Amino acid sequence: MVAHFLRLKLTLLGNTLRRSVWQTVGLCFALLYALFVVGSLVIGAIVGGGMNPTVTGHVITLAGAVAVVCWWVVPVFVFGVDQTLDPQRFTTFAIPHRTLVAGLAVAGVVSVPGLATALAAGGSAFAWWREPWLVPVALLGAILGLASCVVGSRAVTTVLAPLLESRRYREVVAVVAIIPLVLIGPAIGWASEEIGAVSRETTDDGVTVSTDGSLLAAVVARFGELVAWTPFGAPWSLAAAVHDGAWGAAASRFAIAVGTIAVLWLIWSRSLAKALVTPPVGGGRGARSKGLGWFGRFPATPVGAVAARCTTYWIRDPRYAAGISIIFLMPVILWLPARSSGNLDVLLLAGPVVAWVLAFGVSNDVGYDYTAFALHVATGTSGRADRWGRALPVLVFGTAVVVLVAVLTLALSGRWDLAAPLLGICLGTLGLALGVSSVASAALVYPVPKPGESPLKSPQGAAMATMLAQTLAMLITVLLALPLVVLGIWAFASGSLLVGWVTLVVGLVEGALLLVLGIRMGARTFDRRAPELLQQVQSFP
Amino acid sequence: MTHQTGPEGGTPAAPAPATPSDTMAPAPHATPPDLGAALSLRGLWKRFGDKVAVRALDLDVPVGSFYGLVGPNGAGKTTTLSMATGLLRPDGGTVHVRGTDLWAHPDAAKATLGILPDGVRLFDRLTGLQLVTYAGLLRGMDRDTVAERAHSLLVAMDLAADAHTYVVDYSAGMTKKIALASAMIHAPRTLVLDEPFEAVDPVSAANIRDILADYVAGGGTVVVSSHVMDLVQRMCDHVAIVGAGQVLAAGTVDEVRGDQTLEDRFVDLVGGRTRAEGLEWLRTS
Repeated sequence: MVAHFLRLKLTLLGNTLRRSVWQTVGLCFALLYALFVVGSLVIGAIVGGGMNPTVTGHVITLAGAVAVVCWWVVPVFVFGVDQTLDPQRFTTFAIPHRTLVAGLAVAGVVSVPGLATALAAGGSAFAWWREPWLVPVALLGAILGLASCVVGSRAVTTVLAPLLESRRYREVVAVVAIIPLVLIGPAIGWASEEIGAVSRETTDDGVTVSTDGSLLAAVVARFGELVAWTPFGAPWSLAAAVHDGAWGAAASRFAIAVGTIAVLWLIWSRSLAKALVTPPVGGGRGARSKGLGWFGRFPATPVGAVAARCTTYWIRDPRYAAGISIIFLMPVILWLPARSSGNLDVLLLAGPVVAWVLAFGVSNDVGYDYTAFALHVATGTSGRADRWGRALPVLVFGTAVVVLVAVLTLALSGRWDLAAPLLGICLGTLGLALGVSSVASAALVYPVPKPGESPLKSPQGAAMATMLAQTLAMLITVLLALPLVVLGIWAFASGSLLVGWVTLVVGLVEGALLLVLGIRMGARTFDRRAPELLQQVQSFP
Repeated sequence: MTHQTGPEGGTPAAPAPATPSDTMAPAPHATPPDLGAALSLRGLWKRFGDKVAVRALDLDVPVGSFYGLVGPNGAGKTTTLSMATGLLRPDGGTVHVRGTDLWAHPDAAKATLGILPDGVRLFDRLTGLQLVTYAGLLRGMDRDTVAERAHSLLVAMDLAADAHTYVVDYSAGMTKKIALASAMIHAPRTLVLDEPFEAVDPVSAANIRDILADYVAGGGTVVVSSHVMDLVQRMCDHVAIVGAGQVLAAGTVDEVRGDQTLEDRFVDLVGGRTRAEGLEWLRTS
């Protein structure tokens, strides 16, 4: 039965590739890249293992722990979990629950990141080639580590899915994401104290830090020892413990690793069983809204109607929440390194980044509409109305937000002398990125989670198209923003007021010009190929 | 008026892979489009990859008719209606809406069309009232007219109580009805409805039929696709049977069905009836 799942996954993958040459090319590049990374990691491990097995063991533990954390956390915030084998699709097949979970787990390894992790984990076991009897122990650890990666990521996403599908997604993500970020501050403080302690110890031993890097080794050893006792690092440190002859430690780490997997398996299995009988519903039941909402506030024109609809979606559609949550997160993310380094100027980056993220949020707006876009085609909505309508809410609310963030960061850093260039860069970025987005969303659409689907689902086989389209749009944005960035850096470095004011003027003029130009170009493309756009979104998997 | 232009008839595998220039060449005996018709399709082609969905389809929908388009699954009904309403660009052929070439002047033609596409979503994070309002404003109507018509449409569709509920929380039947309301808000002269009665409960279906009958009586034209023969026979005055991307028969309902029921005529034309043999194991007694 598990073999059936494997074959199904491979068949699905093969069929996707048969449909599109570009996807095949994309997969090949992804595989090559993964092979390169894995290859260098394994070679590094083997060489390191030959030179200093103890340190290498600690490094493997740390790297493995990072991999596990990434597997668990990244799908929640960034990519979503690969839903090629969506458990919902198996509900009608009366598959024994245990078989279903096992099948999904094994199939989860069959993906580029899964295979890469498996290869890297397996390869790292050969770091112990000087003592070959340790290799099987390390391999066992690698298998346990891989299992906790895959099972953990499934468990986390399955448990969180109902939360993230709900309309409260926005708040939940903001809160959940802030917790680890808030912890980074104390963690950095604690880590630097530890490093300080280690360096004092090493210096007491009379070792000079700069010559043989033993400070680094000592730091790695201290953290490696610690992480080895966590569920993240335990499986990877089995061989190291056996190598040191610490049989007790090895046994307890084994127990930690197996226990973690068992608990995760249980959590996943339980929440999957629950998810299968409570299919996702579109948000809370029977929610109501009074009156026309934004439709009553925007002018009664096609442009106003599209703007009202987009505003409503920014607020009500969890898929746009990522863009909004970044507004709250950005200052926090920048605040911590800024505080620990004592240089608050870093905070000033928040404004331009927020501007860019907001404007980039509409770069695949037609993809987000999915087939509801048919209404625009059926009503013969003009490209002008469509483009302006989508851009206006971002322009209006985005300007307010960006100015607010800019003022806030200026106040926190006390660099009011940089107000003019910062505002120029922020507003210029907003305008020009919005212009690029207006062209991009009429020219390149790519699959995204459909309306009402979990923002955690990444559509099957879409990663490459998404990446290509986003990279292209990003490159163009960066190129267009280059003059502004250069001026801004000049203003910052020279502290010249004149350059600052020039930056402001250039930012406003360039932003406005490129916005209008982008919308014109986007509108022309839209008028020419609206039916083709509709056909494209209809063909999304 | 309309029958297959190719000799291949019911054997879709027979024609050699035609190049686009072949397929888009107008058939030699093509009659010019009927400029007075509510909808006049000539030589429509559409292929998806290797599969030809619609091949050289001709169809005329007279003004003031209640036209049924019937056909088996995969016959090309949705593809045809999508091309006839400007949602899908044909590989070849023309569409005229009351004399206006749809694909040459899409804005003018679409302004007189009301469309209910099948298999597309709605902007379902809006409330029912907001969605209908949105459709009206996109058509460039003024706020007061939109408000007035939206209200009466919601009452007619029996959705007034759910006007402020989000469309995502509607049932399948309610979703069809709100989509229909969005298609009618600008008082189109022609309504093209793809599977309008799917998942609609009998009472609502009867209400919708009344609305449509009134609309036709007032001079409007309705095209509906369906695979419920009985419904089409009772409701429509004209019918076209579509199979394998072509019109197999078209005309008034009585012309098409002759002395048979529409369903028998349909099965005769389309073929593919199989006797339920070999499923003995399915018997439970």
